Amino acid sequence: MLFSGVIYTARDQAHKRLVEAIKKHKRIPIDLKDATIYYCGPTKTPKGKVIGSCGPTTSARMDEFTPILLKAGVWGLIGKGARSAEVIKAIKKYKAAYFLTYAGCGALLAKYVKKAKPVAYKDLGPEAIYRLEVQDFPLIVGIDAKGVSIYDKE
Amino acid sequence: MKTVSADKIKDAVARLCVEANLVLRSDVLKALKTALSKEKNKRPRRILNAIIENAAIAKKEKLAICQDTGLPVVFLKIGQSVVIKGDLTAAVNKGIVEGYKRASLRNSIVPCPVTRGEPGFSPAVIHTEIVRGDKIRITVLPKGFGCENKSQLKMFKPTASDKDIKRFIIDAVKAAGPDACPPYVVGVGVGGTADYACLLAKKALLGSVIKLSAPEKELMREINKLGIGPMGLGGSATCVAVKIMTFPTHIAGLPVAVNISCHALRSASREI
Repeated sequence: MLFSGVIYTARDQAHKRLVEAIKKHKRIPIDLKDATIYYCGPTKTPKGKVIGSCGPTTSARMDEFTPILLKAGVWGLIGKGARSAEVIKAIKKYKAAYFLTYAGCGALLAKYVKKAKPVAYKDLGPEAIYRLEVQDFPLIVGIDAKGVSIYDKE
Repeated sequence: MKTVSADKIKDAVARLCVEANLVLRSDVLKALKTALSKEKNKRPRRILNAIIENAAIAKKEKLAICQDTGLPVVFLKIGQSVVIKGDLTAAVNKGIVEGYKRASLRNSIVPCPVTRGEPGFSPAVIHTEIVRGDKIRITVLPKGFGCENKSQLKMFKPTASDKDIKRFIIDAVKAAGPDACPPYVVGVGVGGTADYACLLAKKALLGSVIKLSAPEKELMREINKLGIGPMGLGGSATCVAVKIMTFPTHIAGLPVAVNISCHALRSASREI
């Protein structure tokens, strides 16, 4: 499937901070309601380009944080690789979805990004949260709202 | 005696960082194309095509092949008749920063492994070897961490069989599963000490992935029976190569290390 719209990048440290903020009832820098999170830390942006190389990172490292983010309203997750049983359960519970995109193809994926802007945790460098506007971004359903995983089918 | 300035080494390292990250190794590209030609199913074919297209876009658009531009691992083979003028380690690290900045690569290196801190481009992990001659051979291997995280080491008993070792290697690939960007190149180090086996496994990734020995081919066939396939979504290519390096070891032990590389196995070398 092809996705067009807004996605937010967040990886390890941004997840840690978001979850800490949720737990401590502090300000969340992005609107998590129905948001789609992309596990990605892009390269620096080359001159004249919208974004640098921007493929997915390993999703499993976010597993411990994901159920809390889904509870807070996040809908879509984009990354690479398998997820834990807890994440699958949470996806089913909150009727969310996990998608895969072409792994290790950051140069190819860059062409589907039309706008990119760091919006939070800028001190984290590549781990900051970027707001990306994407068009026809290629996705494969990894885990659907019923909790069915593509890796169980294979 | 031959004198080489540290500045010259810095420049070479910078160029190699750019080359390794933007232009996929020709042997790796060839191995991926071979995997595509052998794959019959539609989905793995589509993914392999995307990987090959990605390499072409990276080269043309001067974009990093992968956003994880790795932890730069630098191998230096220094001829014993060379005198280096200046600070070698500083030159290598300056070269890394220069190259990574020039090609807009990613600052993925945190200063403290525990408290983390602000990410930068350096330092590189540097392996130095003193060899005969008056040349310096520099190799830059930007190692992505999705796959580095799947590394394994096992200290076998000296009575372990060939079969035990193979099982361990295959299980390491199985444990990496879909997470570390298959199809993989599997580096294996056998012998030496614990640390040396790990180094051999990483060094093995520098060898040609299209020229494989008989045991490497056999292991590759067995790994591909796992059916993990590109992106872990099934297929005949779980790995595109296995590379093994060995070294003598102690009568009491048999260290075996596995260092997995994602399909974007990147490195570049130059002799000065």
